[in-house]
Amino acid sequence: MTAITDSAWAPGLGHRIRWGVSDTLTLTKRSLLVWLRVPAYLMFTVIQPVMFVLLFRFVFGGAIPVDVPGGYVNFLMPGIIAQSAAFATFGTAIVLAQELKKGVIDRLKSMPIARSAVLSGRLVADTGRMFITILILVGVGYAVGFRFLNGAGPAVAMIVLATVFGMAIACIAAFTGLAIGDEESVQAFGLIWLFPLTFVSSAFVPIATMPGWLQAFANHQPVTLVVNTMRAMALGGPLEPTLWPNLWRSLIWLAAIFAVFLPLAVRAYRRAS
Amino acid sequence: MSQFNGAGERPAILVEGLTKSFGEVHALRGIDLSVPRGTVLGVLGPNGAGKTTAVRILTTLLLPDGGRALVEGHDVVREAAAVRRSIGLAGQSAAIQEELTGRENLEIIGRLYHLSRPETRRRATELLEQFGLTDAAGRTAKTYSGGMQRRLDLAASLVGRPRVLFLDEPTTGLDPRARLGMWDIIRSLVAGGTTLLLTTQYLDEADELADEIVVIDHGLVIAAGTSEELKNRVGGDVIEFTVPDRGQVADAIAAIKPIGEGEPHADSETGVVSVGVGARGSDALIEAVRALDAAGVASRGLALRRPSLDDVFLALTGHAAEEEQPAGRRRASRGRGRAKETAGAES
Repeated sequence: MTAITDSAWAPGLGHRIRWGVSDTLTLTKRSLLVWLRVPAYLMFTVIQPVMFVLLFRFVFGGAIPVDVPGGYVNFLMPGIIAQSAAFATFGTAIVLAQELKKGVIDRLKSMPIARSAVLSGRLVADTGRMFITILILVGVGYAVGFRFLNGAGPAVAMIVLATVFGMAIACIAAFTGLAIGDEESVQAFGLIWLFPLTFVSSAFVPIATMPGWLQAFANHQPVTLVVNTMRAMALGGPLEPTLWPNLWRSLIWLAAIFAVFLPLAVRAYRRAS
Repeated sequence: MSQFNGAGERPAILVEGLTKSFGEVHALRGIDLSVPRGTVLGVLGPNGAGKTTAVRILTTLLLPDGGRALVEGHDVVREAAAVRRSIGLAGQSAAIQEELTGRENLEIIGRLYHLSRPETRRRATELLEQFGLTDAAGRTAKTYSGGMQRRLDLAASLVGRPRVLFLDEPTTGLDPRARLGMWDIIRSLVAGGTTLLLTTQYLDEADELADEIVVIDHGLVIAAGTSEELKNRVGGDVIEFTVPDRGQVADAIAAIKPIGEGEPHADSETGVVSVGVGARGSDALIEAVRALDAAGVASRGLALRRPSLDDVFLALTGHAAEEEQPAGRRRASRGRGRAKETAGAES
């Protein structure tokens, strides 16, 4: 009975931030514990992107001519890493919808915890999961012939960009999960927007092979810009000149996604019932 | 309406003119409540009566449209943070993390209340003990029976030592044995001085646990008082009997109608017929035997009894409490039936 006192309770900003961080970490830890208990879930979330790597590297890849140093595997890996980061957010949306339905979010909302903690705890945990998936994919990529050709600094930058991109998508996913609130619907809806977004992009094939009307979409959407930036970071060389134009456009997109969907997710959390 | 005890003591819960609508559905149409410290208020009503909506407003999960509600003197809208520090909530489904052990579930809640690590551990141990979950503490909650999951959920709502506890249909979906176990636990909590607001659709539950009862129907309080006061409103005793041949239920009703005060009620499924007979007691009983005999209706278990809250509900609303109501809201059915008891898993 230390912290729970009655009467006028108006903690300072420092206190509130400290408790916000502490609550976020507690809820992050909760998610990590859950994953440790269900290792099969973690395994499948990793195996699926690995299968994509093998599928595109050895099945489709031979039929897709690309013009980057090192051939298709080098073209593919940045794309598949971005796609996997985006797909990892299925988990974000589904878990939030489940917790909403089970009353876990009601319980947490009726407690004196930081208002932001449930969402931030979820995002921190899922970013961690996403980051590990990305590292594993880089390892698998190396095993099937992928190489960073531009040095360590840009390689790290590529991984960071992929992670930030995944977090932005996770904000959208969190919003859909809380706003829709039903596990199956959330999953179906996730397929509807994530598939076109990731496949109608430069992630797997050169956009020039698509029909003109599709190119117009593919050329300007965030996945393409992020993947092009990642590719330029990883491979450098002839792609070097494409780095900056793609990077600043990517950053504008990412900032816009955070600016729109983070508040929407927070609002959906507040209203969720 | 219930009065608060003593001179000027602040009630633990005070609700005035509370309203809430969801589009066309008027879930609450002006509710007043007052719950003195350390007492149990049973909020009784059928599905969709507005019970859950009231609890959600009092626990700061939902904003009311009008009226006001104070918990421990704090306004649920303007001082929501203060309210959250004095309350505990256990809803209709077990809001626990099934992948985690019983102990982990409680310890996470303890950390969220910013208890120190040793204190968190102590509190979890204490609650596991109190709720008979010590042996299951290290098992994941997924392996628990429905009754155990609800107990863990209730334990979780107590980690922060709330002064006011809200239990929204704590035994819905539990089998009779698990239900009795839950009642024992709730009684022990109340003995410890916690103020409790309990919603239920089970009349016997309100009868067993509550000091005062309010009956809610269609978003309005239609009656309030102690269980005894409510029973007196039915106006005396009740004659009840079972008609084994369902085809004779209508005849039975016709036969006893002149004896009763008010309309007889019959459950066509079970063949149970009841009618209020006021203070005429055993005279009415004899008349009923004769009337049924004259009508050629075979009956079983004909007896005079004190009215139950079922009779009260029937008298107040004209329909039985557990009859299906038009589902006003999607939440009403939420979590129902998922807490199935697994045979032998109860510890």
